[in-house]
Amino acid sequence: MSKKKKNSRDSWGLRESILTFIPGNSTFSTMRSRQARTGVLFILPFILGFVFFMVRPMITSIIMSLSNVTLIPGKGYEMTFMGVRNYQNALGVDPNYNQYLVEEISRMGVNGIATLVMSFVIAVILNQNFKGRTLARAIFFLPVILSSGVLAGIEKQNEFYDMMAGMAESVGKSSGVNISAALKDLLSLSGVANSVFGLLFDMIDAIYEIVMASGIQIIVFLSGLQAISPSLYEAADVEGCSAWEAFWKITFPMVSPLLLVNTIYTIIDFFMKNDNRVMERINVVMYSNFDFGMASAMSWIYFGVALLFIGISAFIINRGVHYYED
Amino acid sequence: MKTNTAAVKTVGKSKPAGKQDTVYLIKSKTKKYGISVARALLLFGLCFMIIQPMIIRFCTSLMVESDLYDSTIVLLPRNVTLDNYKIVADLTNFPKSMLNTLWTSLLVSICQVIACTLVGYGFARYSFPLKKFWFACVVLLIIVPPQTIQTSLYVQFAAFDFLGIFTALTGGPLNLRTSIVPYLLMSLTCMGLKDGLYIYMLRQYFRNVPKSLEEAAFMDGCGTMHTFAKIMLPDAVPTIASCFLFSFVWQWTDLFYSRNFLSSYSIYSVQLSSIVSRMSRYFNKGSDAAQVVPNARQQQLIFVGVLICSVPLIVLYCFTQRTFVESIAMSGSKE
Repeated sequence: MSKKKKNSRDSWGLRESILTFIPGNSTFSTMRSRQARTGVLFILPFILGFVFFMVRPMITSIIMSLSNVTLIPGKGYEMTFMGVRNYQNALGVDPNYNQYLVEEISRMGVNGIATLVMSFVIAVILNQNFKGRTLARAIFFLPVILSSGVLAGIEKQNEFYDMMAGMAESVGKSSGVNISAALKDLLSLSGVANSVFGLLFDMIDAIYEIVMASGIQIIVFLSGLQAISPSLYEAADVEGCSAWEAFWKITFPMVSPLLLVNTIYTIIDFFMKNDNRVMERINVVMYSNFDFGMASAMSWIYFGVALLFIGISAFIINRGVHYYED
Repeated sequence: MKTNTAAVKTVGKSKPAGKQDTVYLIKSKTKKYGISVARALLLFGLCFMIIQPMIIRFCTSLMVESDLYDSTIVLLPRNVTLDNYKIVADLTNFPKSMLNTLWTSLLVSICQVIACTLVGYGFARYSFPLKKFWFACVVLLIIVPPQTIQTSLYVQFAAFDFLGIFTALTGGPLNLRTSIVPYLLMSLTCMGLKDGLYIYMLRQYFRNVPKSLEEAAFMDGCGTMHTFAKIMLPDAVPTIASCFLFSFVWQWTDLFYSRNFLSSYSIYSVQLSSIVSRMSRYFNKGSDAAQVVPNARQQQLIFVGVLICSVPLIVLYCFTQRTFVESIAMSGSKE
């Protein structure tokens, strides 16, 4: 009954929707129509902004990506249509673009999974009772502020940074001081599933980046953990459930809906980071080469890939997620 | 809790059983301590990793240039100096650029928050045609990287002409590139930095307000705006405040929008991003011979610049930490 009512409240037929905005008929003056008009007024800023500052530029940008854009100083620009040549050039002719794209995507795959696992583990730990919990929580959230915008990429732009990173790597390789490299050698000698361990070590080496990227995810998971009713654990305890079982049978399924939110956030966050090399390449093409068509094509390819990733992960997660209803 | 009751029980029991219980007690106690030690170590390690760059930056920022090349100096400077701060202040046009950043960030985030509160409220409390479609647009806004539309926005504002009004009035399109107006317009229409996220957060909050509150207000003759301003807004202040803080902080460090729209205002983050290229010019001013600024020195000055940028944010965070964390928790909790 209540469900049916809710459905009829939220659904709008075509006729009714049109009549709602045309004065001088019986539908116009109903309470429901008046409410609807107020609602539209409230979101009007968004509609306007979306149409003028999002849809319009997006269309222009698609057209740009399909044409050769030449700047005319003082007058604007001129476009000549050239089909999908820009896309072909971005993927086939540009020396760096597709390499960076593949690199960044694989880095995102590895780091994204690691970020999710890491933030879940940290959230579970932070959900326990111990001294200094508030402080620990505050510190884990700090990267959200300190690795945003200009602060994220600025240090890496320097050659010195690259030099130091290269040096650290070579020192680690030659002397065996690098623990993860030594372990890696040991494990690969024993011949067990090389590629899996390779991925694992990539994650371990990127731990700083992972922790810096997991501030918001930790808080979201933490809120999910705190929303689980203690009576569930009590019941499990009475039935003789061990803590380990309770974790997999209660904690994990209850938090799993948040996995979707966090996955999407992680992917988006990664794709928009300032220190992303694909972004850097696009900026170079745009500001140094002034090849606007090419830059647009590049960003559209990039966005398409991001969307694909979000779609795939949303699909997979949605199938495995359990939605608990009170 | 469990182990304590076990301990109490052992006291009253006979000897052989007591022995068994003691073994159990020792086992569980060591397990408990083991877990908390491991937890403390893990958390300390991770927290240290987050904070360590700040410590290094701070220590390095106080060093004299010769200290940088001295391999016996790792962290603590031998000769403490504040000259680096002066140099960076000169390089980034410090007091002025910081003030510019402050007022633009404040203005922009206030506009963003006003617009997003209205829109979030509309999405949460009203039913209207195409609501699902518009909300899908909000989600789209969250996932489209602004870089995708950067070029065309640039062009659009370089020759701004709203439905041909300006051409009719002044005889030509308006160049808005050099003013803050386009960006304010975008903020007021929810198209600024991460606005989709704020709409989502605020909608999530307003959705959880009980319907009966609104109905009671309506029965007492409260109009729409009155209900919104007098009943909904006061309770929403914490969420709105946290959206404001987020938008302020992200605007403060933002490079993308600042570079595209506020290029004529000398914003600190923009100044910081191009600090390296200005360094050599600065150091060469005195002497005729062109000298290259050593990499280590460049890095040190970048450290100082980053510190100057982040210290106000850290101070702000210390006071408003709770507001930050709680709003995220709330928006995540109820899907």
